[in-house]
Amino acid sequence: MTRKIKWMAGFIALLLVAAACSSDSTDTTVAAEGGTETTVAADTGGATASGELVIESWRNDDLAIWEDVIIPAFNAEFPDIKVTFAPTAPAEYNASLQAKLDGGTAGDLITCRPFDASLDLFDAGNLADITNLAGMENFSSVAQSAWITDDGSAKFCVPMASVIHGFIYNADAFAEVGVEVPTTEDEFFAVLDAIKADGTYDALAMGSVDQWESATMGFQNIGPNYWAGETGRIGLIEGTEKFTDQQYVDTFATLAKWSDYMPDGYEAVAYPDSQALFTLGGAAIYPAGSWEIGLFNEQAEFAMGAFLPPVKTAGDTCYISDHTDIALGMNPATENSAAAETFLTWVASADFASLYANSLPGFFSLSNHEVTMEDPLAQEFLSWRGQCESTIRNSYQILSRGEPNLENELWAASASVLNGTLTPEAATVVLQEGLEQWYPPQQNG
Amino acid sequence: MTATSTNTDVVRGTSARRRRFPRHVIVFLGPALIVYTVFMVYPLLDSLRLSFFSDEGTFVGLSNFAELLPGGSLSSSFWNALGNNLVFFGFHLLIQNPVGLFLAVLLTQQLLKRGRGTYRTLIFAPTVLSVVIVGFIWQLILSPLWGVVSTPLLGLTSTALPTLSMMSVWQFVGIPMMFFYAVLVGIPDDLIEAARVDGANGWQIFWRIIFPLLLPMLGIISIITYIANLNAFDLIYSVQGALAGPEFSTDIMGTLFYRSFFGFQLQSGSTATGATVATAMFLVILAGVLIYLFAWVRRVETYEL
Repeated sequence: MTRKIKWMAGFIALLLVAAACSSDSTDTTVAAEGGTETTVAADTGGATASGELVIESWRNDDLAIWEDVIIPAFNAEFPDIKVTFAPTAPAEYNASLQAKLDGGTAGDLITCRPFDASLDLFDAGNLADITNLAGMENFSSVAQSAWITDDGSAKFCVPMASVIHGFIYNADAFAEVGVEVPTTEDEFFAVLDAIKADGTYDALAMGSVDQWESATMGFQNIGPNYWAGETGRIGLIEGTEKFTDQQYVDTFATLAKWSDYMPDGYEAVAYPDSQALFTLGGAAIYPAGSWEIGLFNEQAEFAMGAFLPPVKTAGDTCYISDHTDIALGMNPATENSAAAETFLTWVASADFASLYANSLPGFFSLSNHEVTMEDPLAQEFLSWRGQCESTIRNSYQILSRGEPNLENELWAASASVLNGTLTPEAATVVLQEGLEQWYPPQQNG
Repeated sequence: MTATSTNTDVVRGTSARRRRFPRHVIVFLGPALIVYTVFMVYPLLDSLRLSFFSDEGTFVGLSNFAELLPGGSLSSSFWNALGNNLVFFGFHLLIQNPVGLFLAVLLTQQLLKRGRGTYRTLIFAPTVLSVVIVGFIWQLILSPLWGVVSTPLLGLTSTALPTLSMMSVWQFVGIPMMFFYAVLVGIPDDLIEAARVDGANGWQIFWRIIFPLLLPMLGIISIITYIANLNAFDLIYSVQGALAGPEFSTDIMGTLFYRSFFGFQLQSGSTATGATVATAMFLVILAGVLIYLFAWVRRVETYEL
């Protein structure tokens, strides 16, 4: 009898320990999401928009800019609306927003991730239909493409900003080594060779351990020139192009050549490391997204310039990744919908476009308004919109809906190509096979 | 946990005549039981329940689990993660625990009489650090740009998982050390003196006297290590990110669960897949615990000292 009890007790104790441990991860995250928001004042007025608005966002880096610049500018025009910017950490945003929406404690305005994350929210009734909002006419169809239903019938977020890919270079280093800004691919690799031969600088400041840089600043940066921007992107979605086509193999083949010019041990160089390597003056070229401009201006003590992803031969049409990144939508459960709409219309205005673009150099307004940028590096990036055809990252619309997830596979494949553990051909086969597992337009033949 | 397997004989007399149920026990146990049920038992059972439903909430039986079997959409990532988990556990079992034992034995040696407290504290110190800090420090130490080694240990598929395992071993070696130390200092000197009088040398004393007394603790430490390692997540997540690169070579069930439940970048989260992975984790851990209970605890002799 006692012996049995003894074993039962031991067993139960261990079971509970196991239970406690295995449910750990779920519990802590749920607890982290539980933090509630400021409750919204219920007394909305009549016709005049007034009340309190809370903005959900993942841009916690921008808190000061919202509080000191953007919201005061808005209040100068609409003094009766009190706006609070309430950001969460980027990595937790999607999960915590979902928890708040489910619990009915989410803010009135919701910062929108591009494509499916926001589309899912709209489909679940967590974003309001704002197709007819005053101000939506200020955006081109490309700008709106990330926050629209697949059939184009409803729009649910006001586009705020895009980010542009390219290369930022250390102008002092270029002068010292005696190289010019490259425009074609041959020139690009000649420049890299010259910098490498000189030996003072690492040629390319990039690592592959975090994987996303390999895909985002590598593959998606130079790729549009290979797959002709929108033509290739839409070709993949419609099934007329395949990842195994030559243009994608070539993109990976060019990317693979970068590894010779990256710092020693680049396989374990993380994103902040490569940023620091460049801003400390240790490397000559940084494969970039325009969002780096703010930080680089602050930290780098040398002259910087930017150049386009190089084209194959001089005179070719150039394509840039001008990626729709951030937008603002309305929570249909808001009790201050009039005030929220007033705010959204203001976000669509020329005032906001100029304010936002200049406060956050590197985040470019998506509206059709003329925006004067003061930052020279940001101006350089923005000027490419006039010279080149714009496109967005090809994995973002529709193609990352299934399992295996294309974006995740693309990260891993790009990093492996740079590490030399996957050939360019094999990388495209992995991506194509993943897509064929679930995406019907890619399945026939 | 240790208390349950000893001193059971004390309560034997009470069952003879039935006494009134001691109500005050409820008051003592109640709060803990309620908190534990609400925050531990209920979520665990609920995630078991979720694994039998689709994301839309329809009952699908075991078909979520079929995805984990060969041919299923999650199969390759799940078995890769499980394999990595076991490698991660292997490093702890074969390096952390023996090293912990070695350190504990060293600490009980006579020649270390003076610095004993200092060494014990120093070796135990990393255990109380945040995993994020440990990960960050080691990332800097191992960085090919600023660190001490030029080999990209964290960036190669062959070395990334062993490197992360060793970081974790470095951090937690103090725990088995303390457990073993507690047992070692509890071994009466008479036993060892008697052995010495009988002519045993140090090696014989360790293997014939100390080690058998340590065996129950060795089992407990092994199972705690097993549970902790199969639930691991934080170190991998903070060093390699949720995608656990390169090429998923450091992906363990914790990171796989995170990606499938909460989603990642463009991947939408799925409660069904997440709950399935979590349940599979639970079952794997349960299997280990059962093996421990029935194959180990029953065979190991516990000595009353």
